[in-house]
Amino acid sequence: MSRKRTIAEINEKILSGKAVVLTAEQVAAMGREASPSEIAEKVDVVTTGTFGPMCSSGMFINFGHTDPPMRMEKITLNNVPVFAGIAAVDAYIGATETALPHDQYGGAHVIEELIAGKDVMLQATAKGTDCYPRTEVKTYINRASVNEMIMFNPRNAYQNYNVAVNSTSKMKYTYMGTLLPSFGNATFSTSGELSPLLNDPELRTIGIGTRIFFGGTTGYVAWHGTQFNTGKPVNEHGVPVGNSATLALIGNAKEMTTQFIRAAYFEKYGVSIFVGVGIPIPVLDEDMARRVMVRNSQIHTNILDYGSPGHDALGRIDYQSLFSGEITLNGKRIRTAPLSSVKVAREIAETLRREIEAGRFLLTAPVEQFTKTSGLNNLEIRL
Amino acid sequence: MKSRRFVLTFPPEATGEPITYNLIRKFDIMVNIVKADVTPGQVGHLVMEMTAPSKVLKEGMEYMKQQNVECVPIDRKITYREDLCIHCGACSAVCFAGALTINRATAELVFDPEKCVMCELCLTACPLKLFDIDLG
Repeated sequence: MSRKRTIAEINEKILSGKAVVLTAEQVAAMGREASPSEIAEKVDVVTTGTFGPMCSSGMFINFGHTDPPMRMEKITLNNVPVFAGIAAVDAYIGATETALPHDQYGGAHVIEELIAGKDVMLQATAKGTDCYPRTEVKTYINRASVNEMIMFNPRNAYQNYNVAVNSTSKMKYTYMGTLLPSFGNATFSTSGELSPLLNDPELRTIGIGTRIFFGGTTGYVAWHGTQFNTGKPVNEHGVPVGNSATLALIGNAKEMTTQFIRAAYFEKYGVSIFVGVGIPIPVLDEDMARRVMVRNSQIHTNILDYGSPGHDALGRIDYQSLFSGEITLNGKRIRTAPLSSVKVAREIAETLRREIEAGRFLLTAPVEQFTKTSGLNNLEIRL
Repeated sequence: MKSRRFVLTFPPEATGEPITYNLIRKFDIMVNIVKADVTPGQVGHLVMEMTAPSKVLKEGMEYMKQQNVECVPIDRKITYREDLCIHCGACSAVCFAGALTINRATAELVFDPEKCVMCELCLTACPLKLFDIDLG
């Protein structure tokens, strides 16, 4: 039995420059030769990364007060409506928000432009009150002029996700990209063995308060994400099959960069945002070593038909096959393509690895573990 | 002999010359029409793969120029802002011709214009709208 480590011991090694930090890809490759016990002996931290479209994202912003002050009730930024139902000059910019249903410019683009330091047009109206007499404002704001830009994303970093195909004779435009008719392609959206929650499938080391790489800066896990589901079946390697756990993340968007936060528009679906997330996994013991060694061939997901109203499941596939560029479904060869950038995911994992190695990023134990039992409710139509 | 893809632009006032036929018969250029968009009275486009020794190809292109047919290598008709690309792969999903692929080792997008059939699906599939096709 190999020795066990605590997070405090790992942090001491990080601060003394002695910690062995590898990316999840490096440790997966190492795992072909080395046993979990050997890896637990040699490796202290494994870094992960993902850079995919994550619609459930947005940013709180505080514009600063005008003179005389105003309680902003209807707000737009570059004509995109933002949520104003909170205190006077606070607002929440939802990534997928658009002025008109088919606009290709939305909240994600506003967020990206603010992060890039560009000027954005703020327009707001109010009824005016005794304490907030002003009724309208029109001006430019930017990253430097506002008080806070706090990215808070209720659902990011999905632990695994479906593969999308289209059985119909018509093109389907979805959040999984453009699906060619008659099984013309298959799209998937995780970084596989590099993906944060696939390297700690039982969330032993990730919980509320975990310090992470978020959009180019340091962020934190705020809560479990929405639609957090612990009820998915796991494969023989202990990895959930299909979309299961999620994370709610928080961080200072003023410190983020457009290298790791990018606005996107998916044809005839709408606006979304690519978010860069990286989580360090402490190799506490042999069990964690076994988890971080996971390879693409050991991670499975479901193939769903986005051409059918209920997204019927058609089969199960591993990520090694998906990344190979072609899979076979019912005897038919189908080209595969990712929607999540492995190139940027690698940059995130490597950036985080270097930061930890240099002693600039320390690991955290969760303040609270996530719930172990959480299922999903469907919306019942009661009228 | 190398095969190269070109975009031929025909003026609305068609000359009546059988251009493609002449390229084959007079110049002995091997021609493979990949895409044709020709309507009488309008500017027409032909995406064509041509195979011939470079000297012959040059003569063929000179002939087309005399006939007021613009002949431009396909990579000069499609622009892709590589510097802004995040290598997500969404364009490769729709590129049935195999011109856009993700390299497995580098995880980077590779664009091979010689395989492009100008289907234009990448224009809308790219979530960052980095592709542009200039057909004049």
